Amino acid sequence: MIPAAMNRIATRFGQLRATRRTALIPFITAGDPIPDATVAVMHALVEGGADIIELGMPFSDPMADGPVIQHADERALRHKVGIADILGWVREFRARDDDTPVVLMGYLNPIEIHGIELFAHEAVAAGVDGVLVVDCPIEEDDTLQPLRDAGLARILLVAPTTSSARLARAIEMAEGYLYYVSFAGITGAAKLSADAIRARVAEMRQRAQVPIAVGFGIKDAASAEAVAEFADAVVIGSALVDALSSATTAGEACRQARAFLAPVRAAVDSIQR
Amino acid sequence: MSRIDDYHAWPDAHGRFGPYGGTYVAETLVAPLEELKAAYLRLRDDPAFQQEFADDLKHYVGRPSPIYHARRLSEKIGGAQILLKREDLNHTGAHKINNTVGQALVARAMGKRRIIAETGAGQHGVATATVCARFGMQCVVYMGAVDIERQKINVYRMKLLGAEVIPVTSGSQTLKDALSEALRDWVSNVADTFYIIGTVAGPHPYPMMVRDFNAVVGREARAQMLEQFGRLPDVLTACVGGGSNALGLFHAFLNDRDVRIVGAEAAGEGIASGHHAASLAAGRPGVLHGNRTYVLCDDDGQITETHSVSAGLDYPGVGPEHAFLKDSGRAEYVGVTDDEALAAFHLLCESEGILPALESSHAVAQAINLARGLSKDKLILCNLSGRGDKDVHTIAKREGLEL
Repeated sequence: MIPAAMNRIATRFGQLRATRRTALIPFITAGDPIPDATVAVMHALVEGGADIIELGMPFSDPMADGPVIQHADERALRHKVGIADILGWVREFRARDDDTPVVLMGYLNPIEIHGIELFAHEAVAAGVDGVLVVDCPIEEDDTLQPLRDAGLARILLVAPTTSSARLARAIEMAEGYLYYVSFAGITGAAKLSADAIRARVAEMRQRAQVPIAVGFGIKDAASAEAVAEFADAVVIGSALVDALSSATTAGEACRQARAFLAPVRAAVDSIQR
Repeated sequence: MSRIDDYHAWPDAHGRFGPYGGTYVAETLVAPLEELKAAYLRLRDDPAFQQEFADDLKHYVGRPSPIYHARRLSEKIGGAQILLKREDLNHTGAHKINNTVGQALVARAMGKRRIIAETGAGQHGVATATVCARFGMQCVVYMGAVDIERQKINVYRMKLLGAEVIPVTSGSQTLKDALSEALRDWVSNVADTFYIIGTVAGPHPYPMMVRDFNAVVGREARAQMLEQFGRLPDVLTACVGGGSNALGLFHAFLNDRDVRIVGAEAAGEGIASGHHAASLAAGRPGVLHGNRTYVLCDDDGQITETHSVSAGLDYPGVGPEHAFLKDSGRAEYVGVTDDEALAAFHLLCESEGILPALESSHAVAQAINLARGLSKDKLILCNLSGRGDKDVHTIAKREGLEL
């Protein structure tokens, strides 16, 4: 049985190619700022122009994330947000939206403790399309084979420091899209230098079968527009999470999500591919 | 696990000790770790590097450290003879300096001028600040805000040595959060920065490299046992937080199958209380800080906060080689409570005039427990990994005294 999973991502990028648009991929932490807001905010993001949603699975020790995401994780964990909650929210989202791909992003330990095969099975059943496990590089890929077996796209990261031999392997193994982290650092920290990464992304686009998403450090319409000139997809995370962090109700979080994303969408769409 | 023929053959080329270890890091850390691994493997086989390391251990650290026969303590217990490997007599007062000297030499060879480190109790931070002062390197130490409050003297020592101490206010504000923060710094500043990890954990090659630099303890001890006692000890014991002093002692003896090996973990207020740091005795296999190992976590896989009277053992993971030794049956790991460690602390002070670190007091307590069940002709070698001067305030406070 081939689930809708990878097809939803491929279908979405196909639609974008046909309309010559760049994908916009917002990231939020599941359960932040309040657990009740997550499903509503996912819908609000789609209304604001999201093509794919990355949903962060909170972890107590998110060593590859910056302070904004770490604090979001801490807020979510104060509400004891776990994998069962997150998959429940995806299922609820799917009841009204069967088209927008959802990619889960998290760390290995919670997935392993839950049971990788069980997680893979439940994630597919809930309507998850891809999984990005931050602390599982291609060298440890065997660990995540059950995700592939279940039909989930294994989203891989590529960094400026990735050697060309490893890049070749990543290109070969990539599913869904390749996620290029645009500076050698943690999420949400340094300023983005579009020129410095343009050439690398061009090279990757030429060699890879899957689209290239660029993320880490994109914080507003201007930086998103700069990246949209050369990437297939723009990922925006920390700045959005920061914008949502003060909301105390689902309604407020939704308004902020739409308000944040709309100008970014417009900026990305100003670039005709 | 199938029978292991040669314990010295591990880790494999991927940094794995059986199923444990490995490189579970974000993509951005892969290249720096590859660079470090290549540099270390080259230096490990470089006689000039090894000679300089040996010279520094002798003249700067003050090695070899003696093995001392604690006769009065042994008599009081009335069982096996307790021998102490005196790592507390090293420069800076603990085994930690063996590793920081080694890694500083690697950093220098790699042309890195900025050193970062994480610290819990402050011992590794002090040991790192010490070598940075000596080599003229910039030093930044990440330390949990809670630990900074608990270990003011070590914070000041680091500052005296020229280090910048950065408080970490995320998460539980202790060692595990300091480690995460140091990794973040490294990722962001990798071109000029070398990360000196203080224990046998983290991603490959750290567990191997830190073990190698501490393995001098066991090599020395093995030769000293043969020279002073004409034979190897019957039992080895050491405390295990991340596990660097323990592996340092154990490693040279791993293929001596007749030598029993027992690690003492921090059982805090008792394992049943849930307030402990006994990852091997009470945890489960998982992934934390770049390696697969035993971790303390809840059913959602979230890392849990730990407790020990000893800040240096207060860590929810453990070096992957210990996980491997546990599963293979080569080593046993048992919990020692805060109260047992404190009792051992006083007993060693009063019977031998040696003031052990609270971490090392766990090993002494375990040596005492083992000695009780063994005859007087048996020899227990206990790693006295550090001195207890840093803990005097903690002990006084716990016993209701204000100094």
